[in-house]
Amino acid sequence: MSKKEWPLWEVFIRGQHGLNHRHVGSLHAPDAEMAINNARDVYTRRREGVSIWVVPSKDITASSPSEKGPLFDPAESKTYRHPTFFDIPEDVGKM
Amino acid sequence: MYAQLVKSDGLKSREEMSPEERAFQDRVDNGEKIEPKEWMPEGYRKTLIRQIGQHAHSEIVGQLPEGNWITRAPTLERKAILLAKVQDEAGHGLYLYSAAETLGVSRDELQEKLHSGKMKYSSIFNYPTLNWADIGAVGWLVDGAAIMNQVPLQRTSYGPYSRAMIRICKEESFHQRQGYAIMMKMASGTPEQKEMAQDALNRFWYPSLMMFGPSDKDSVHSAQSMAWKIKMNTNDELRQKFVNETVPQAEYLGLNVPDDKLAWNEDKQGYDFSEPDWNEFFEVIKGNGPCNRERLNARVKAWDEGAWFRDGLNAYAEKAADRRKAAPVAAE
Repeated sequence: MSKKEWPLWEVFIRGQHGLNHRHVGSLHAPDAEMAINNARDVYTRRREGVSIWVVPSKDITASSPSEKGPLFDPAESKTYRHPTFFDIPEDVGKM
Repeated sequence: MYAQLVKSDGLKSREEMSPEERAFQDRVDNGEKIEPKEWMPEGYRKTLIRQIGQHAHSEIVGQLPEGNWITRAPTLERKAILLAKVQDEAGHGLYLYSAAETLGVSRDELQEKLHSGKMKYSSIFNYPTLNWADIGAVGWLVDGAAIMNQVPLQRTSYGPYSRAMIRICKEESFHQRQGYAIMMKMASGTPEQKEMAQDALNRFWYPSLMMFGPSDKDSVHSAQSMAWKIKMNTNDELRQKFVNETVPQAEYLGLNVPDDKLAWNEDKQGYDFSEPDWNEFFEVIKGNGPCNRERLNARVKAWDEGAWFRDGLNAYAEKAADRRKAAPVAAE
């Protein structure tokens, strides 16, 4: 009996409305072509998408949970990056 | 519930926790999601693997009683619907295996544990589907009971499990409604058809109540799982909710719930009902239900007889990869 497990792939789907491909989950497949075939069956049974990307899970580099602070905290104090930071008088009209 | 009797450690008090465990519990209490690479107590990881694995196995084994009727569905439309439903169950199993794999166990390992009997699946799938109305009863009652448990689990603390549950819940409502639609057809058909519908309800009622697991007073594994938010409600709460919702649906069909003690209780705003036979439940869990051996044999057979195919695809993938490596050299 076979002991070799099919590798894991991450699946990304682009929905109907022209948005970015979005990560939807993962699956096992022997190669990229079969991964696309399997992704179609597992993740698009209800017309969820018009395009599929598959990427070997082992090729994904992820940020480490322990880096969360240094990576994301600096943005916290920079509220001026949002339009609502600035009060524009109503008289100016829509902006 | 698709995961019954999931073992977990006893509940730890705050004083007994290490600083890491306390910080972890605070995150769970705050409603934060725990993600795969983050620190988690070993008990949390192990309990989740058992629970998600058992849930995944239930989805996969759950295909068998329904698959039994695909070739004999009464119309082409019913056949297409049943095929789609059974295919969904395969999908649900795969979502859940993927979620379990983020905890450091492989899908093949989990399947090996299912096949060797080390891991369980829901007791409900060890009952046979004897007539077409059973397919209605399974969708209506079994998927209905599963939804009771899965809807709150969308808020579970473990990110990948929660996301799998959200996806499953989106699809599950179709399952229950197609089952109820079969029951409506049968219950409004000839007297013989109505009798088949009643017979199906008679046989599936108590096994469906068992899906939620033993009574809270006998449920030893709940406290820690509830503190960790990998179990959101007690077994009895969910069972009561299921009965409250299902009894009026049976009345609409003109069918009798097979319970003499069933009565509306004004004080608790819910039905009083008879407990299932818990001895039967534990016998089924132990492997002595009507179809335990048949179900497991079918899984093992499918796995063993598919080995040559899995190997073939592996061999093809390896050869194709080698060819790609060799191609630029040949072009020089």
